[in-house]
Amino acid sequence: MSTTTGKPPGASQEELSRLEEHWGERPSLRAWFSTVDHKKIGRRYIVTAALFFLFAGISALLMRTQLATPESGILSPQEYNQLFTMHGTSMIFLFATPMFFGLGNFLVPLMIGSRDMAFPRLNAFGYWVFLFAGLFMWVSVPFGSAPSAGWFNYAPLTNLKFEPGLAIDVYNLGLLFLGISTTVGAINFIVTALKLRAPGMSLNRVPLFVWAIVATSFMVVFALPALNLDNLLLFLDRRFDTHFFDPSAGGNVLLWQHLFWIFGHPDVYIIVMPGLGIVSAVLPAFTRRGVVAYPLVVLAIVSISILSFGVWAHHMFATGLPQLSYSFFSAASTIITIPSGIQFFAWLSTMALGRLVIKVPLLFLIGFLVTFLIGGLTGAMFALTAFDQQVTDSYFVVAHFHYVLLGGAVFPMLAGLYYWLPKVTGRMYHEGLGRWAFWLVLAGMQLTFFPMHLYGLFGMPRRVYTYRGDLGWDAGNLIATIGAYVLATGLLLVLIGVVHAIRRGRPAPNDPWGGDTLEWTTASPPESYNFPVLPQVHSLHPTWDERTAESTGARASQDRILSEGRRTLFTSELDARYERAVEMAESSLIPLVLAFWLLIFFISMLFSWWLVAGVAAAAVVVTMGVWLWPSRRPAERAG
Amino acid sequence: MQTTPSANRRRVRPRPVGAALLSLCLLTGCAGDSPSALNPGGAGATRISGLWWLLFWISVAVFVEVMALMTWALVFRRGAVRVRHSQPMRFVAVAGAGLPFVILVTVYGFGLHDLAALGKSPGRDAPTIEVIGHRWWWEVRYQGASGVTANELHIPVGERVRVRLRTDDVLHSFWVPQLMPKTDLIAGQERQTWLQAERAGSYRGQCAEYCGTQHAHMAFMVVAEPRADFDAWVGRLDAPARAPETDAERRGQQAFVQGTCAACHSIRGTDAQGKVGPDLSDVGSRWSIGAGAVPNDPGHLGGWIANSQTVKPGNYMPPQPVSADQLPELIAYLQSLK
Amino acid sequence: MTDRGGIVAAATGAEALSTEEPVGRSTGWWGMVLFVATESTFFACLLGSYYYLRFQVGPRWPPDGIGNPELVRPLIMTGLLLFSSVPLFWGVRGIRYGRRWRLRAGLLATMVLVVTFLTVQATEYVDDLRTLTPTTDVYGSLYYLITGFHSVHVLGGLAFVGWLLAASLGNRFDPQHYDRVRNAGIFWVFLDVVWVAVLFTIYLSPRL
Repeated sequence: MSTTTGKPPGASQEELSRLEEHWGERPSLRAWFSTVDHKKIGRRYIVTAALFFLFAGISALLMRTQLATPESGILSPQEYNQLFTMHGTSMIFLFATPMFFGLGNFLVPLMIGSRDMAFPRLNAFGYWVFLFAGLFMWVSVPFGSAPSAGWFNYAPLTNLKFEPGLAIDVYNLGLLFLGISTTVGAINFIVTALKLRAPGMSLNRVPLFVWAIVATSFMVVFALPALNLDNLLLFLDRRFDTHFFDPSAGGNVLLWQHLFWIFGHPDVYIIVMPGLGIVSAVLPAFTRRGVVAYPLVVLAIVSISILSFGVWAHHMFATGLPQLSYSFFSAASTIITIPSGIQFFAWLSTMALGRLVIKVPLLFLIGFLVTFLIGGLTGAMFALTAFDQQVTDSYFVVAHFHYVLLGGAVFPMLAGLYYWLPKVTGRMYHEGLGRWAFWLVLAGMQLTFFPMHLYGLFGMPRRVYTYRGDLGWDAGNLIATIGAYVLATGLLLVLIGVVHAIRRGRPAPNDPWGGDTLEWTTASPPESYNFPVLPQVHSLHPTWDERTAESTGARASQDRILSEGRRTLFTSELDARYERAVEMAESSLIPLVLAFWLLIFFISMLFSWWLVAGVAAAAVVVTMGVWLWPSRRPAERAG
Repeated sequence: MQTTPSANRRRVRPRPVGAALLSLCLLTGCAGDSPSALNPGGAGATRISGLWWLLFWISVAVFVEVMALMTWALVFRRGAVRVRHSQPMRFVAVAGAGLPFVILVTVYGFGLHDLAALGKSPGRDAPTIEVIGHRWWWEVRYQGASGVTANELHIPVGERVRVRLRTDDVLHSFWVPQLMPKTDLIAGQERQTWLQAERAGSYRGQCAEYCGTQHAHMAFMVVAEPRADFDAWVGRLDAPARAPETDAERRGQQAFVQGTCAACHSIRGTDAQGKVGPDLSDVGSRWSIGAGAVPNDPGHLGGWIANSQTVKPGNYMPPQPVSADQLPELIAYLQSLK
Repeated sequence: MTDRGGIVAAATGAEALSTEEPVGRSTGWWGMVLFVATESTFFACLLGSYYYLRFQVGPRWPPDGIGNPELVRPLIMTGLLLFSSVPLFWGVRGIRYGRRWRLRAGLLATMVLVVTFLTVQATEYVDDLRTLTPTTDVYGSLYYLITGFHSVHVLGGLAFVGWLLAASLGNRFDPQHYDRVRNAGIFWVFLDVVWVAVLFTIYLSPRL
């Protein structure tokens, strides 16, 4: 497994084998289903999210093919509408957030110097729920009853009267199901970052990526309930004849939009924030210095996560809300660009003061800076109500949010992919292949989405399955389609690069980049217990800091080796003072069983098999009871 | 492009900008007949196009500045340079927060000013048009006229016309890029907007809120014409539809009234009083068939009647059992309704 | 937490001695608090939706033909639910000093009060359903969803406490290990606070 670990000076050989005994897993079918290792779960998240990215990406290619020429008949309107709905829903819910959760799962414990997440079993449970919920939604596609009301699923188009059948229920129940995974994942990240940091990693030494993941998780905790409520209300309206969105009985269709965007706008940052965190994590290795103005960047992260709750109505500027509320939301939406500006100039200054090492991860960061900047500039335009009313729901907004999401999430993800691939797989990627992939992705991205600004301004609305050829939209659409294929080719090269690295790549050293965070002190790939000796952190850049290195070598102490069990450390929330060693949960099948019962529950809700649903709900309660049944172990168990 | 006094605003009139846009246009090969928001035909869209050019040039400036900084770093900060470990907090705060704040506040002021201008409703006695969204067509009624029409709004040039918006089913959005930004049609509520065209002509509009299967084919045309023509148009809405003149037209009318057509469609002055589909009293003069699906000519009309599902799949008009003899007569009659 | 783990170096080192706070919270505590935070947000959105729809409907609320909800039983229920926290916290304090019988008695008393709460709620529903159902109009939908969703949480709390009682009968808790019992206390605070908000929104606000 590991390639380069010699005997670390801190822990003795005997201690290492004891650690391996407590943390390692012999490969078996049972071990595969029961593992709670955060690194394996993280990898699974990444692979599964990539799979949904593939599905959603193929949907996009099909749509672009249909739109390449005016009045083309490759897709029927029903097919097109299902595809754009599944494209958006999957990219947002099944790709972006889970991908970052996967990276977070793999990296957060490594970056903070811990041996696992705070709730390992909950972590496994979150993954299984994500997998099942994603499949739950995608299985509807081959049955031809995929949701087709767009990812924001506005009422009353989604009321039973206009959308009979199960498609919208698939959306409602699928997202409620998935919400469980996202919520427990977020809580797990917060608690992990609060309690499991290595001693000495006080808040002012927490890596920016961890800050970003924690801020994201807080947004999830407070934003997701609005979406869950929305889906619950719609499900009740459709199944039980309630009237929340029924204007004929006092309901209000705009309630859907308010709740949706109270979730939806924070969600934009839920998607982008971890991406910005990756930028801050990758940049130091390729500029050979820490990110400039760390306190300001942290402040920016925190203020974005708060401000993002005050701007939802800018998605509703065309719905005819009162003028006064427009001025308020317009002002708030204007202000929220400022924290991004701070981060942007912090990165630029870092580049300007450091020494640039041009490698594929840095190239993707540059792609990020260019793309996200354009998305940010058009984003600031949308803050102005009058302008928004003109270009919202046109292709201009499609261009805008793809610049934000590809720029702010996908480019950093790809930078992170190349950056951490050696750590995750223990293999180096092929630099030339990576550069080709970068240029194709960058060119494809610009070629696809830049023309959309123009034909959006030229009056083309979004979500149309076809358009007439005499309106001046055809050339732009053709270019966009060509660009989409270029982009897809670039992404294919990324995939080939990953496969090539795993199969043929040369073995990676522990720290190929000279990174500054703790994951680079572990083996590549990390041992099952992550750290032979949990470090004592002395600075913001522990890997660059001699004293932190000594703490796992010459100054290693028994209370940070903890080889007597499956143990890691609790530290205090703010200062990360040493509190105590804790026994961590071992692998278990229960998370899978619980996720399975939930799957049965949601399937039977979909088909109105109330009896089965009742049984499954009871099984869920019983399984939880068994899971959390207090043990008689001497040390307290987390999770 | 005609420049009217009201369009002459505080902002730079974008002549060189127009040239820049033109080059962009040429790049994408855009034709001049787009319903482009940057080719405004009336007060509302003119304001926003002015706002756009302000935002555009600010964005270009910011983009160039940032790219210059980045490029400088890429060129000069590699190889054997020494890493500097300073923490230019003040630079980050000023460039990242201070300057953007100043720019944003200024722009916000302009934006608010425009929003207020767009929000001014027309005078009490302005002509009023009521637009009702249906899946997937627009019902149009004029205040003071009994007749109903579809997918076409006539407005007098230079006057501010009130538009009341309602929907019969799901959400839609009323958008005429060259005249006025969007206003959504909200189920169970009424919304208002206004239109004002400074030059005569046709302005294409389209539904901009996804409304189901045929959202792509829910377009309409705003025809701005001199006041006299407008009055004549509204006047015609009170009169019965044009009576058939030839034998073929008469037989066509008979087929329409006695056949399945009349179950859903109305024609003023006949027994056809169906309320499900659009009123067809002036269908011969409309700019298109199927709310922008196909041009309005005999061939397309025939195809539409026989089986509109091949033209606009998923729309609510079932294929019609019309015989081969009847079809030309129906077409002749409907085309005569101008 | 009181357990300091027995790591001598940590307990006696300069760092530990200079710690001002009596050591941070456990992961279980944080997990529960965050869970309650997200659930509370859900209720906040739900109650927010109530006010949004109420003010969109117009001045008459409840809408025509529907009288104000009765107040007597909800006030009794308020008393029951708030009072049910007393034995619970009494029990939690008990196990901190190792008094298992006190924990068991407290849990049992809480269960009795909660069952009474749910019974009163059920009788109220039976009466209400004669004139108002979830499908009558949006008011009915809101009324049943909000009260019903809270009741589901109370039911969950009942299961939680019952489960704790079973575990305590198996002697699973002692002064060092009662995380789960204390978490029930956190959940109870949440139930109480939400109920007060529900009481104000559903039962009192239409009378204002």
